[in-house]
Amino acid sequence: MSIDESPYALEVKDLVKEYRVGGGIAGGGSIVHAVDGVSFALQHGELLGLVGESGSGKSTVANCVMRLTEPTGGEVRLRGVDITHLSRRAMRPLRRELHMVFQDPYSSLNPHMTCGDIVGEPLRLHRIARGRELRVRVDRIFDTVGLRTELRYRYPHELSGGQRQRVGLARALILEPSVLIADEPVSALDVSVQASILNLLRDLQSDMGFSCLFITHDLGTVEYLCDRVAVMYLGKLVELAPRAELFRNPQHPYTQALLSAAVVPDPDAQRARRRTVLEGDVPSPLDPPSGCRFRTRCPLEPRSAPRSTEEEPPLVEFARDHLVACHLVAPNHPAPRLVSETVEVSK
Amino acid sequence: MAEPLLEVTDLSVRFDTDDGPVHAVDKLSFTLDRGEVLGIVGESGCGKSVTCMSLVRLLPETAVISGRAVFDGTDLLSLSPRGLRAIRGRDISFVFQEPMTSLNPVLKVGRQIGEVLTKHLGASRREARERTIELLHLVRIPAPHRRLDEYPHQLSGGMRQRVMIAMALACNPKVLIADEPTTALDVTIQAGVLDLMRDVRERLGTSIVLITHNLGVVADIADRVLVMYAGRKAEEAPVRDLYAEPQHPYTIGLLGSIPLPFEGETEDGERPRLREIPGRVPSLRELPTWCAFADRCPRADELTRSTVPELRYVRPDHLVACFHPGPE
Repeated sequence: MSIDESPYALEVKDLVKEYRVGGGIAGGGSIVHAVDGVSFALQHGELLGLVGESGSGKSTVANCVMRLTEPTGGEVRLRGVDITHLSRRAMRPLRRELHMVFQDPYSSLNPHMTCGDIVGEPLRLHRIARGRELRVRVDRIFDTVGLRTELRYRYPHELSGGQRQRVGLARALILEPSVLIADEPVSALDVSVQASILNLLRDLQSDMGFSCLFITHDLGTVEYLCDRVAVMYLGKLVELAPRAELFRNPQHPYTQALLSAAVVPDPDAQRARRRTVLEGDVPSPLDPPSGCRFRTRCPLEPRSAPRSTEEEPPLVEFARDHLVACHLVAPNHPAPRLVSETVEVSK
Repeated sequence: MAEPLLEVTDLSVRFDTDDGPVHAVDKLSFTLDRGEVLGIVGESGCGKSVTCMSLVRLLPETAVISGRAVFDGTDLLSLSPRGLRAIRGRDISFVFQEPMTSLNPVLKVGRQIGEVLTKHLGASRREARERTIELLHLVRIPAPHRRLDEYPHQLSGGMRQRVMIAMALACNPKVLIADEPTTALDVTIQAGVLDLMRDVRERLGTSIVLITHNLGVVADIADRVLVMYAGRKAEEAPVRDLYAEPQHPYTIGLLGSIPLPFEGETEDGERPRLREIPGRVPSLRELPTWCAFADRCPRADELTRSTVPELRYVRPDHLVACFHPGPE
C-alpha cells in the first residue's frame, strides 16, 4: 500500500520488545519482557494518550515506533507502510513523517549548536531548504512555537526549560510530520511552564493537524489533551477508550485504581474521594505473572481465579470503541466497581 | 492559643558563590503547631527546600543563615553542632525525595534504621532490632523480618520510601520534614505514602512539614499552606481558604495552570484552556526591591514595580504579600 491510502497515520500491531539481561556472548541471562503484544492505531489528526506507571513499557513503545530500538516482533506501519524492519537508508525519506519530542529538554538538544541550527537541521539533512529559504522557514517555525527569532543565535543552555522544550517542538515540527511522538514532554518542567507547553501543543495540533502519540503518567494532562486514552500495565495494553468514556466509566481494575489514586487540587473534593491503594509492587518484567499480569495486585482477583492464573485476558470490545483486557469484563458486562465515588464533603 | 512547636522568624539564607551571592530565602516567617500538617508549595528555586534544610543546618558551608527558628524553646540557628545533632534525626527528622540516594546502599535496611535507635536512644542491638520490626510494621511493609536483611536496591521505590519514613519515625520525632516525598513515586504508590503520613499524624501526633510542588498532594493532606515565590512568602492560608479563595495572582495562576482529571468538558466538547503564567522566575542574584512577581503579574503597576509588598491579613489566618490581592 502506498502512502496516504491507509486510514491510519500510525498502526502498531502485536508489538513485542524483549531485552536480554545478564548472560554472555554464548547466550544465557534472562529476558525482560518490556512490551508484550501491544496493538493500537492512531487516526489522522488524533491525539492518543498512552498512560502507565514506570516500567509499564510506554516509552519502549515510543522507541520502537521511532525505530530508536529494534522491535523483537510485531509490526509498525506509518501511513500504511511497514517500517518495522526498514534499513536506515530506506527509512530516511519516511523520517520526515515521524518526529519526536523528548522528556528532558536539557539533554535532548545538542549543547554545541545554536537553537537556530538545531531547528534547521532536519531541513538541511533532508535537503529541503538551505541558505535564505532555510532561515525564513526557521524564523517562521520559531514564531509558530512562540519563540522570539533572536533566540536563533542562542545556545540551549542560555534558554529556560520552557523555551528549550519549544525548541524541541520546533525541531520536531519543522518538516510538518504527520505523526508526532511526545514522550513525557512536560514532566521535567515547572507547573506554570507546563501549562504553556500543553496549550501550545494543543494549538499546534489543531493548526497543523498532525497525529500525536502522547506518553505520560499524568492523568490530568491526558484528560486535557487527548482524544483517546490507552492504559498500559507491565508491557500490556489493559484498556483503550475515548477520553470521556475512560474517565467516566473505567473498566479494568487497574484503570479504576489508577484514576482513584489521582490527586485533584481541591481539598474538599480530594478528601471526599475514596481511593483504592493497590497492594504490593509491580512485578518484575523479568518474570511477569502467568495469565493476567495484574492478578498479583488485583483487588478483584478472587472473583476471576483460577482463570486469572491460567489464561491471559484478551482485549475485548466492552462497548463501542472501548476495549478492555479483563476476565471480568465482557461485551456490555461491566467490571465490578472497586470504589464508589462519594460526593459528601468532609468537615 | 498554645505556643507553636516551631516558630521561624525572619529567616534568610544566602549562598556565597563564585559568581556572587544568591539569595535563596528572604526574611521568611512561619509557625508550625503541634500535630499540624503545613504544606510549603512553590516551583523549583523558590526556596522551599532550602528553608527546611537551613533549620537543621544541612546546607553546605557556603550558606549564610540569619534569623531565628525556635523549636520547643530552643533557637535551632544558634545551637552548637553538638546540641543540633541531638535534635536532628530525633526530634526533627527528614524524608527526602529520592529514597535511593538517601539510603546507604551498602548497609542492610535493618542496620540503617537500627543505627538511629542506638545512636539517639542508646538502645541495645537487640532492642533496636525489635523496634525496627515494629517500625516496619507501622509503615506497612509486608514480612518485616525478611526485609531487615535486605539492601536498599532489593526494594522497590515505594518500599524504599516507606523505609525512609520508618527511619524518620524511629525516635518518635515531634516534627517530620518531608521534602517532595512522593514526587519520585508512581501515582498508585503515592496514594499509599500519603495515607501513611496521614496515619502517622493521627496516631503519633507528629507535626509534618510537607514540601511539594504538587497542589493535589497538598490538597490531600495539609491543614495550612504556605506559597513561596522567589524566596519570599507570597501567601499563607488554611488549606480550604487557599484553594477556594486564593488572593495572590501567583497562587491563582498556579491553580489555573494544572490540568485536572475528572474536569469534564465545556458544551462544545473542548476543554477550557489552561492558564499560563508568562515569563520566568527572576534570578536570585540580587534581592529585588520590588514585588518579585511583578514582571509576570497581570495586576502589576507603578507601586508593585517600586516597593516590596508587605504581608498583610485579608482575613484572620489568611496572609498575602500583594498590593492588589483578591480573587479575579
